[in-house]
Amino acid sequence: MEITINGKTENINFTTIKEIVESKKLDKSGLVIEHNGTIIKKKNWSEYELQDGDKLELLSFVGGG
Amino acid sequence: MSNSDILKIGCKEFKNRLFTGTGKFASLELISKMLEVSQSEMITVALRRVDKSSSAGNVLDYIPDGVQLLPNTSGARTAEEAVRIARIAREAGCGDFVKIEVIKDQKWLMPDNEETLKATRILAKEGFIVLPYVSPDITLARKLEDAGAAAVMPLGSPIGSHQGLQTASLIKMLIETCQLPIIVDAGIGRPSHAAAAMEMGADAVLVNTAISASADPAEIGLAFKKAVEAGRSAYLIEMGEKQEYASASSPLTGFLYND
Repeated sequence: MEITINGKTENINFTTIKEIVESKKLDKSGLVIEHNGTIIKKKNWSEYELQDGDKLELLSFVGGG
Repeated sequence: MSNSDILKIGCKEFKNRLFTGTGKFASLELISKMLEVSQSEMITVALRRVDKSSSAGNVLDYIPDGVQLLPNTSGARTAEEAVRIARIAREAGCGDFVKIEVIKDQKWLMPDNEETLKATRILAKEGFIVLPYVSPDITLARKLEDAGAAAVMPLGSPIGSHQGLQTASLIKMLIETCQLPIIVDAGIGRPSHAAAAMEMGADAVLVNTAISASADPAEIGLAFKKAVEAGRSAYLIEMGEKQEYASASSPLTGFLYND
């Protein structure tokens, strides 16, 4: 299915946020995930079944002034 | 300074009037060290998209629990984008404080005052403790006050420029007319700039690049802490006025010679 991740369209074979995070080998600590405009807490990453056209934002806090 | 000289912003009290930023440190460990030495009680962070693992670690792990997080809305070019970033930051556990930074100009990184005011109105209504970063302007400050801002953060000079208080006369106007705490933010390049801002009557300063880009951020952080305290004392305690002519500091009698 096609979903938008960080503004870019990607074709994915996964169905959960957890799988996407693991496939991208992202450091889970400090990762903030927004799914269709709603923040999804880490404990719920395996729960949400992604749908075609969904929008994910994979974010983290970084140094800034 | 005595423990009674507290700065209240929103619901939080600060003893240390040096606020800092986490940007441009050579390593995250240096942030911890700087905070330990400078004892800064509020520090900014930014929110960004991540598409690959960073070996550096998570900046939040290097900020002790007692230090107030101040997420900024850097990257936002409109009020709408700033509001979205603020909401995400709060939802992600950063707390209610937010520094509104709305910038389209890429040369001087001058803030968009109008969009900042719009974002302030929205976020203050949602219970955020809003610290808007702006170009100093007394009319804007009045509007920010009405909009529910918790402080006003006028720039001294462009971000990261080390130029100091280029806007000094405008900051003085704000200090004289605005009821909100005035936190000079951006362009402070030397401890003397920070001292000057405090001596002028600013309530606090926010320093990032001058500390992080120095050869020893912890020591320079400490230098800024001392400068802020020095400036604050000079502001609070009555001192002599500037005079055109000399006024002898040694007695004018009992000289060891005859006229």
